[in-house]
Amino acid sequence: MTSTQMIFIPLFLISGFFFLWSCQQRFKLVLLGESDDRTDQFSARLAGMFRYAFFQKRVVQRPYGLNHFLLFWSFLVLMLANGEFLLHGLFPALHYGKLPAPLFHGLLLAFDLVSVLVLLCVVLAFTRRLFFPPDYLDGAYSTARSGEAFLILGMITLLMVAFFGMNGAELTLGELPKEWMPISGAVGAMMSGWSESTLNATSGFFWWLHALVLLAFMNFLPRSKHMHILTAIPNCFFRSLETPVLPSREIFEEGSRYGAQQVDQLSWKDLFDSYSCTECGRCQDVCPAHNTGKPLNPRQVVHDVKVNLLRNGERLDAGKSVEQPLIGDTGEGSVSEEALWACTTCGACLNVCPVLIEHPGKMLKMRRHLVQMEARFPEELLNLFENMEQRSNPWGIAPSERTKWCTQLDAKPFVAGETEYLFFVGCAGAFDTRNKHVTVALSMIMDAAGVSWGILGKDELCCGDSLRRLGNEYIFDQLAQKNVDLFKEKGVTKIVTQCPHCFTTLKNDYRQYGLEVEVLHHSELVADLIKNGRLVLKNKVQEKILFHDSCYLGRHNDTYTAPREVLQAANGTAPAEFERHGSDSFCCGAGGGRMWMEEDAGSRINQARVKEALESAPETICVSCPYCMTMIEDGLKDEAATSVRVKDIAEVVAEQL
Amino acid sequence: MYVVACIKQVPDTTQVQIDPVTNTLVREGIPFIVNPYDTHALEESLRLRDRFGVRVAALSMGPPNAEATLRKACSLGVDDAILLSDRVFGGADTLATSRVLSAAITNLAKKDEIGIVFCGKQTIDGDTAQVGPGIATRLGYAQLTLVDRIEDLDLDKKTIRVRRKLEGRYEIVEAPLPVMITVVRELNRPRYPTVPMRLAAQKANIEVWNNETLKLNEQEIGLKGSPTWVSKIFSPERDKGEIIGDGTNDPTGTAALLVDKLLDKDLLTL
Ligand code: SF4
Ligand code: SF4
Repeated sequence: MTSTQMIFIPLFLISGFFFLWSCQQRFKLVLLGESDDRTDQFSARLAGMFRYAFFQKRVVQRPYGLNHFLLFWSFLVLMLANGEFLLHGLFPALHYGKLPAPLFHGLLLAFDLVSVLVLLCVVLAFTRRLFFPPDYLDGAYSTARSGEAFLILGMITLLMVAFFGMNGAELTLGELPKEWMPISGAVGAMMSGWSESTLNATSGFFWWLHALVLLAFMNFLPRSKHMHILTAIPNCFFRSLETPVLPSREIFEEGSRYGAQQVDQLSWKDLFDSYSCTECGRCQDVCPAHNTGKPLNPRQVVHDVKVNLLRNGERLDAGKSVEQPLIGDTGEGSVSEEALWACTTCGACLNVCPVLIEHPGKMLKMRRHLVQMEARFPEELLNLFENMEQRSNPWGIAPSERTKWCTQLDAKPFVAGETEYLFFVGCAGAFDTRNKHVTVALSMIMDAAGVSWGILGKDELCCGDSLRRLGNEYIFDQLAQKNVDLFKEKGVTKIVTQCPHCFTTLKNDYRQYGLEVEVLHHSELVADLIKNGRLVLKNKVQEKILFHDSCYLGRHNDTYTAPREVLQAANGTAPAEFERHGSDSFCCGAGGGRMWMEEDAGSRINQARVKEALESAPETICVSCPYCMTMIEDGLKDEAATSVRVKDIAEVVAEQL
Repeated sequence: MYVVACIKQVPDTTQVQIDPVTNTLVREGIPFIVNPYDTHALEESLRLRDRFGVRVAALSMGPPNAEATLRKACSLGVDDAILLSDRVFGGADTLATSRVLSAAITNLAKKDEIGIVFCGKQTIDGDTAQVGPGIATRLGYAQLTLVDRIEDLDLDKKTIRVRRKLEGRYEIVEAPLPVMITVVRELNRPRYPTVPMRLAAQKANIEVWNNETLKLNEQEIGLKGSPTWVSKIFSPERDKGEIIGDGTNDPTGTAALLVDKLLDKDLLTL
């Protein structure tokens, strides 16, 4: 045994043990989380893992993402080099020199080139962090410029320097074929006049530098944000495969607990998510709450879950009480109630996270706890909850008034066999003065196209969207159950809604209640009617339309083209787009039950959106959602932009009949 | 010590319509709710329990289905829920009702002394505001109506000081316990039930007291004991409104016009 071996083997064993121990300490805490089956549809998961983790679909969507992509792949290539390095250190007889020459040479060339690529990427990363930090990494967010980040970059640099130093010396000694390692060869050329002993010492020095840094790097990983190197790939595999990501249905039985008060009441995947966060800040960059000065930052929420888990995990595992609450104002490691209530559930964070972390679900579980276990929520919500429970609509208007909108119209009750579509009018469509016009417009469109439709009238109950997003699952459950029973009893097979919230709830959430019917948002129905030639439009007027994507139609249900097709057909030209549109659309501020809450902190989300709209000087802002309608109209009033109109797509179409 | 909250199940009057032909309330299919004022009475009882550790009993007189109202009270955390239900209690006016409630409170006092009886200032179906004072009279308690704030409760001295919300002024008054208090909505914000409490309330024990328990003279309760007879219910004709000025184009002028009109009708004093 060589002297190097005698020192390296125990060192390797100790650090290997330490690494595994750190991993075990951390990963066993994940198992404290509640169960959540993420093993179905193996091939789809695998495909997603390649798309998101190996091909870094979302990472490369940002300018510096390419840098990360190159580092990632270089890392994979260099794993081969480092694997051999360790193996060779343990068993000097084992090395790639034993491979067939072409393979050996190919590997040498790859290692040499990739290493220099890594050095370049690291220089770029250093430069960016020092001189060009992205503007979304504001003062509150310093991780990208933290000591930790520089330490990691420093280690990678040292590894590369050691790699070239070691190979340069070995090349000069004639131990490696020069022609396959051009960069190392150039380094070696600088050592050309050196004596053999100096070269040996140089090689030995860099070997040890490489070895020590490698072991340190390995041990640093599970203790830093670079833990994502270990967890991001599996996290992409275990991602949610559904769009939208649905909250689980709660079963109300005595003795049960609802939502999450403690970190071990989140799911194992929630905890694993927190280990996978790269702290890249993409989520906070797009978050409407964070952007308008609310105390919510989705990145921080994920981080707090991690900190809380590390702090309380051991105690929870031992059945002891927690040291720090998950919900509260106790700083890093706790999520404040204000932050939880600020989320509009817009899904923008979900949509950009490179490692597919699910932020809103975690907050929803905490909301569920607050509402259902502690009855603690912003006081404005008390009325909403009681109105929903007593009169099954948010305003507490008498259910008998649900049909007031159709006094001048011939709306038939839905009867299976006689009417094809159930028009689920929705609370806003039935009660909100402004939105009733949209209901009427859609009725006219359906009549003009000869669609047979009927309504439930006073028997329709609120779909319960706001309740569910606010965490009041108990009342949501009652409404959902009753609505689904009614649909089944009436033999409903096709439903059309004029509200993305009704749409997503009936289409997706109600599946958990056994409802399997065709649910259409009116944009889809109208687009179809136009395509089939059933709806003929006159194109009498043309206006400069700007289209605003609703979160629950777009991001949560992937419906981007239907409303645009409708507007194109009705207005003769494609609508103009916001700078942030499609899947990057910016919330109006009313989702997630925010419609019913005050917006005291920071500036107003709807105003931010309206300002963005006014940049392109539209005549009309077109929406496809009653909440967006209210928010944008209010925002325009606040901006004193009274000449700009807000219309639902149905109104634009109805004007062309 | 008991704090008693008297609560009533009422039809959700926002949903009640008057049949224009028969002039009677159309009650069919109208859901029942807890009388809104009573929810504040209940809340205040629970707050005193939280602060002073008194025992809270919810009392409700009504048909067997009024049990739902008491379950709601249970979900908010009352200690005892008692339904006063008997055919002979039916058809009662405010006098007969207050007799039954008073007898029930006297019966409850056998278990523990009564400190405070809370009632809503009135019910939204009858709107008489007589039952609370009726109870106070029958029981010989001090009565503090229209209370919007409890200033002080001294359990040693057995006194309470409250603020009454009257038209255009407040009045601070003190009374010895036991006392009957009727409350207005400004008094507090009722709490919301947690789910575990709701589920527990579904199984909670609701005591039912009938006239065998209370042993009242049947001539003094129910329809027979009610001197009030309803001869007709109708919705009053409403004079047609009038649109004054042009609010959109001339808000200032319109406001001035409105002030003038109000002054004319002596509805505004400057
Ligand atoms: S869902 Fe929207 S509001 Fe909520 S944290 Fe994510 S980006 Fe922010
Ligand atoms: S949660 Fe996702 S998007 Fe947000 S900082 Fe972490 S990795 Fe980036």
